[in-house]
Amino acid sequence: MSLHNLATSGPSIPQIPIGSWADHLVTWLKFNIGVLFDGIKSVVETVVSGLSDALIAVPWPVMILIFILLGLWLRTWKFAIFALLGPLLIVSMQLWDDAMKTLALVIVAAAVSLILAIPIGIAAAQSAWVSRIVKPILDLMQTMPQFVYLIPAVILLGLGPAPGLVATVVFAMPPGVRFTELGIRQVNHEVVEAGEAFGASPWKVLLRIKLPLSLGTMMAGVNQVIMLTLSMVVIAGMLSAPGLGQDVVGAVSQTDVAGGFQSGLAVVILAIVLDRLTAGLGERAAPEARLARRARALKRRQAKGRNANTDAGQAAKVNA
Amino acid sequence: MPAVRADSVYKVFGRRPEQAAKALSSGASREEVRAQGATAAVIDASFEVAPGEIFVVMGLSGSGKSTLIRMLNGLWRPTAGTVEIDGIDISKMRPKQLRELRQRKVSMVFQHFALLPHRTVLDNAAYPLEVKGEPVAARRQKAREALAMVGLEGWEESLPSQLSGGMQQRVGLARAFAAGTDVLLMDEAFSALDPLIRRDMQTQLLELQSRLGKTIVFITHDLNEAMRVGDHIAVMRDGRIVQIGTAEEILTDPANDYVAQFVADVDRTRVLTASSIMEPPAATIGVGGGPRAAVKTMRENQISALFVLTRDRKLAGVVREGPTSEALRHGESSLGSLLDDDIVRVGPDTPVADLFAPAAETPVPLAVVDEDGKLLGVIPRVTLLAALGNGSEETEPVDDPPPGLDPTASVSVDREGDADVSA
Repeated sequence: MSLHNLATSGPSIPQIPIGSWADHLVTWLKFNIGVLFDGIKSVVETVVSGLSDALIAVPWPVMILIFILLGLWLRTWKFAIFALLGPLLIVSMQLWDDAMKTLALVIVAAAVSLILAIPIGIAAAQSAWVSRIVKPILDLMQTMPQFVYLIPAVILLGLGPAPGLVATVVFAMPPGVRFTELGIRQVNHEVVEAGEAFGASPWKVLLRIKLPLSLGTMMAGVNQVIMLTLSMVVIAGMLSAPGLGQDVVGAVSQTDVAGGFQSGLAVVILAIVLDRLTAGLGERAAPEARLARRARALKRRQAKGRNANTDAGQAAKVNA
Repeated sequence: MPAVRADSVYKVFGRRPEQAAKALSSGASREEVRAQGATAAVIDASFEVAPGEIFVVMGLSGSGKSTLIRMLNGLWRPTAGTVEIDGIDISKMRPKQLRELRQRKVSMVFQHFALLPHRTVLDNAAYPLEVKGEPVAARRQKAREALAMVGLEGWEESLPSQLSGGMQQRVGLARAFAAGTDVLLMDEAFSALDPLIRRDMQTQLLELQSRLGKTIVFITHDLNEAMRVGDHIAVMRDGRIVQIGTAEEILTDPANDYVAQFVADVDRTRVLTASSIMEPPAATIGVGGGPRAAVKTMRENQISALFVLTRDRKLAGVVREGPTSEALRHGESSLGSLLDDDIVRVGPDTPVADLFAPAAETPVPLAVVDEDGKLLGVIPRVTLLAALGNGSEETEPVDDPPPGLDPTASVSVDREGDADVSA
């Protein structure tokens, strides 16, 4: 008996219409709380267009200067050179305005993702119960093909930045939750117990011990969220979300190799800049790095104190 | 009123803990309740800690001592039984009351120091006061004082990671002192330190304790440490307290073979004192007695020297056989001129370890005298040597030797035996 036969001749089970349930749910949402979605839509559009107008209004040399300064502060001079040349290439490809629109969408989407993800991550770290519920949902959100989110988003929110942003938030949120939970859970158990043993409330233990000590890991999550946001924002170009995504989608539909490569390259440059800068921010925020900086500062202060003392001593000698 | 009191305290983890505790109290064994899916960490623990004493809970890992100490400040709630601090039952307290208790009455020192790595030494020491809500200036002042007490002045602005292990634990001690509580819980506080540093810390703890008079519950797996710092010692095994007593009681009169084997390798000379090994003198003579009586007594007892006592039993000196016989032949009637004061006097609390050098200097037994100079007993050299050997009496046998002492059993018990549920 062939495999094919086995498959068709096996016992038949009733077809479960999960697909049409999802369809009904979306329709129900549209007709019953459509007002809510209209509200979301108008808020998102206002914020995104406001921010992208603002970014575009900044002359590009100023913007590039900001990138360079951030690069010098957070990383090395080598990266600062890339922060000069990369964006210059975008300008020369005539893609600067679209890149700024994408950046605006990334900033808003990442901010919304983190505002949702961090409290959920904290709750999951504090309670095994929440963690058990949240975990499978996160798995679903991360493994569902990204394009699937676009369908309900476009039905509920129409075209434009709003559906793109919602789909992006759903897709980009999970690492924010996971890294926050991980960061808090890996804080030294004895240190947490010390807080409790001196009578600190759970809230104080969270704010003064757990969060400061998990900041490094949480910043790695922020970096991941931003990178996923960028990748999804490009796909959201299919829903005519403004920015480089639209250029890519347009190039694909016209089989325009040159245009596709250029807008793709602009996305890559933007991604590298954002990734390195946020990673640098995370390293600075990590407790070890902050400690090392503090230790260096203390040493400098102590050295200064000693120098002042010996100077005074020498001055006294000279006077004598 | 005891500062800390535990009364039939049980802690059971796992399935249906209350039922398991009830079964244990009516005689079920630890293994029987384990078959039901419950792990008994502490079984029927009762003890009292007097104010100002150091009470040591000693046992191997998995014996339940860490769980026990965490019930004394409410980090764990007893499954059954009561825990009292200053006469107040804390076992039924609500979380908020427990937090208040920890802020005001009970602080803790941790095995791995548990300092906040992102804060300076000063702010670490000030942490309990910060939790209490004291203003910055006041709490820093108190923290500074506490740090000075443990010898860390000048390190206030350093970070914990810049300090050695011993110094970090001194910050942990300072933090507990700064909290200003009367009761201190020390959970294997010195176990992570090098032996030499550990000794220093023990010394420092004893000094601070004699100055501050805190009540300390001290957990350790190191018997020598327990004997050194503890006023009373509770020996735990498999969740039960098998014996409570002073170091000497546990050493000289172990409750069973488990304790006996445990104490077998302790340095007895550091724990035993002169008073615990001294003997009554074979014979003495009053200052009024004459050479004839002295010589007779020495011959009868077959000794070559005799302690001479005043009327109120104070040690006046010693007379030896040779000169006394001589004096008797010359017809002297008083011991006065024969009295030799070449005696080594030791106090009753002198550790046996400190008796060897003096014993080597004199042929006469060591004289143990009290503060008034009264003779309490004598220590002949042979007794001193016997104290080095095992002088313990018969003990009731237990089925299996304590883990870690039987070389064939130690590894397997540690690895696959009782998991330390409190870890």
